[in-house]
Amino acid sequence: MSATTPTLPQPANTTVLPPPTERYSALGWLRKNLFSTWYNALLTVVLAVIALLLARGAIEWVFTQARWEVITTNFRLFMVGQYPAAATWRAWACVALLALLIGLSWGMWGRGQRAGAIAFGALPFLLALITTDETARVALLITGVAGLIGYALSRWRGDGLRRVSLIAWVLYFPIVIVLISGFGGAEGLLPQVPTNLWGGLLLTLLLTVVGIVFSFPLGVLLALGRQSSLPIVNTLCVIFIEFIRGVPFISVLFMAQLMLPLFLPDVTIDRVVRAMAGIVVFSAAYLAENVRGGLQAIPRGQYEAAKALGLNTWKLMLLIILPQALKAVIPILVGQFIALFKDTSLVVIVGLLDLMGIAKTVLAQPDFLGLQAEVYVFVALVYGVFCYLMSAFSQRLEVRLNTAR
Amino acid sequence: MANAPLPPPTSRPQTSRAFWRDERFIQVVAQIVFLGLVIWLAVTAAQNMLGALQQQGIALGFSFLNNGAGFDIGEALIRYVNTDTFARALLVGLLNTLLVCALGIVFATVLGIAVGVARLSGNWLVNRMAWLFIELMRNVPLLVLLIFLYTAFFLKLPRVRQAVNIGPVYLSNRGVAVPWGEPTEAWPVFIYILIAAIGLAILVALAMRLWQDRSGRPKPVAWPSLLTFFGISVVGWFVLPQAPLSLSLPAITGFNFQGGRTFTPEFLALLIGLTAYTAAFIGEIVRAGIQAVPKGQVEASRALGLNASRTLRLVVFPQALRVIIPPLTSQYLNLVKNSTLAVAIGYPDLFAIAGTIINQTGRAVEMIALIMAIYLSISLLTSLAMNIYNRRVRLVER
Repeated sequence: MSATTPTLPQPANTTVLPPPTERYSALGWLRKNLFSTWYNALLTVVLAVIALLLARGAIEWVFTQARWEVITTNFRLFMVGQYPAAATWRAWACVALLALLIGLSWGMWGRGQRAGAIAFGALPFLLALITTDETARVALLITGVAGLIGYALSRWRGDGLRRVSLIAWVLYFPIVIVLISGFGGAEGLLPQVPTNLWGGLLLTLLLTVVGIVFSFPLGVLLALGRQSSLPIVNTLCVIFIEFIRGVPFISVLFMAQLMLPLFLPDVTIDRVVRAMAGIVVFSAAYLAENVRGGLQAIPRGQYEAAKALGLNTWKLMLLIILPQALKAVIPILVGQFIALFKDTSLVVIVGLLDLMGIAKTVLAQPDFLGLQAEVYVFVALVYGVFCYLMSAFSQRLEVRLNTAR
Repeated sequence: MANAPLPPPTSRPQTSRAFWRDERFIQVVAQIVFLGLVIWLAVTAAQNMLGALQQQGIALGFSFLNNGAGFDIGEALIRYVNTDTFARALLVGLLNTLLVCALGIVFATVLGIAVGVARLSGNWLVNRMAWLFIELMRNVPLLVLLIFLYTAFFLKLPRVRQAVNIGPVYLSNRGVAVPWGEPTEAWPVFIYILIAAIGLAILVALAMRLWQDRSGRPKPVAWPSLLTFFGISVVGWFVLPQAPLSLSLPAITGFNFQGGRTFTPEFLALLIGLTAYTAAFIGEIVRAGIQAVPKGQVEASRALGLNASRTLRLVVFPQALRVIIPPLTSQYLNLVKNSTLAVAIGYPDLFAIAGTIINQTGRAVEMIALIMAIYLSISLLTSLAMNIYNRRVRLVER
């Protein structure tokens, strides 16, 4: 508003005064924002009373009535489920690696976010102070140090590491999958952990990661197919996308659970893998629509120019169109991934022990009957923190991508 | 384009390409190969499935739907006993789904508009509370919300005997009992009166609209129309020899409620959860829609002398609707699809009943196909209706 300076020719001798800034006292702020009219004042009073009552009730419950020992006793279960204790270090390795990557990226792209950086950097150390578990403390300290190393590296080498860190992010997700699942039977460096032992937050996050990693290329292919001028490819893609988007997620999950074994009778597919197949198919259809939005935003001239330069269809798509289209829809894609993260909670209905599934089993323990409020508030908090962080990240990203234009 | 014949190529004798390098040929072949691959996959899967089913001794077909269901359903809008057929059980489920979806869409729209307008309010407290509500709903999975509402609130209410009493409303872990109208013998006649009242109200509205168009001056349309409707209804109510509805108040007798209407915890948890969750998304859509109307429109309208409410009603809202309708449609569709989460809290919707039937008969293939077909049709019908409405509010261009 004040940034638009008048372009009219000014007489030379007049000094242009800056626009008056709004300045008001605390009382003035109250008048303006809470009691501007009689009905606003009434609304304020009524809402304030309700909010105070709610807040008082909530605080009283949290600090005096709630029995949080159900969470602290079962904390490991909530985090990794039945994942073998001997292999827990792998989950920690993933966390430390993530901290390293976040530190690295923060140093490059997050300049000026000092308060956030300090809060984020201090978090592992704070948690290490709180925890009572010795191994967790060591692991948290390693995580914190990894984050600091990443940050220091990026400040030291700076822009030289930009490409490296991008590639590292792309590689991170497959590495996590390999690290958690292991390979080569029960012996060896990374003994295989069968998927039916995955559980808790670990399973929730892995379902999300697998969903993202595999649905992304599938979604891009579907979007390209839908944009294609070849009638058969186009029709098949449209049918697939619209069908998946028209039915509820649970029915896709049920189909994967019940019908996949019928389709492939000779192979035994694990429940978790079947759920992953359902998630990937479902998510790909939604991703395809988002990517299509990006494709439609690319002006025709880009296609024509690329063709005029002699690029064939594949090169045209991979080098010219897709990079621009995907960049345009990155914030939407992040939103889609947040929705996917929340949707994975539905696997509890087909009997998997994700965060919600663990919550159910914990509530079935005779010691903790009737503590639904505590358990589900905790679960909601975990989901809420992750979603909030991801959406905050996506908003930052949106700002950055816009200024890059 | 140019009709003049081109001069024959002189120095390039080898312009004709081999046919397998022709782009059109490659496209056709590629599509045929792709189609063949898809068909091969589908046929293999179908054959495998039929083989596996044969081993289990199941033949595909929908005739089992005529067998007796043998299970009870917690709540039904139509008469249902456990000796009825599977088909009727599914119908009960479908009606339950439609009930929750219809009520959910109405309530979510109303609450969503309220939240969206609250987000734009100049009142700091209203604004922040709407923001808190939206962030809470959007960052927690719907399933967590539903199960929390069901197990940590509705099932934690006291038993019927110690039911919480707020006026004539009772809250208990068996449900919420509210006063309800009990239809008497005069009810069928009263329905005709209501229909007549609606018809007359529409006529009045049309007449007022016509008068407004003819005279070129603003005339009240909504008030006379509503007045007609309520006038006729009230007169009809008292003219009939017997009141068409008798008030029935809930009372605790033994272990249950007598009289009134009792809503089950499952129904209420699902309805409230779906409504709140969807309303948060609708709130953001409404806010974005209103903010999309340029400020100049409001200023111009005020400059023309329209007051605040007319500005909102005649200038801002019609333009905001164009932005709001498409995402609102997808929210309605999401609500319909999300209503299947009823299965997690035991509300007998279509999906939950289909799940029960799968467990009882092992007919997974038929039931999943049926379920998908039904939800697909509901989705398509909803989006069809919203697209027709969208066409009506769309910008009319030359």
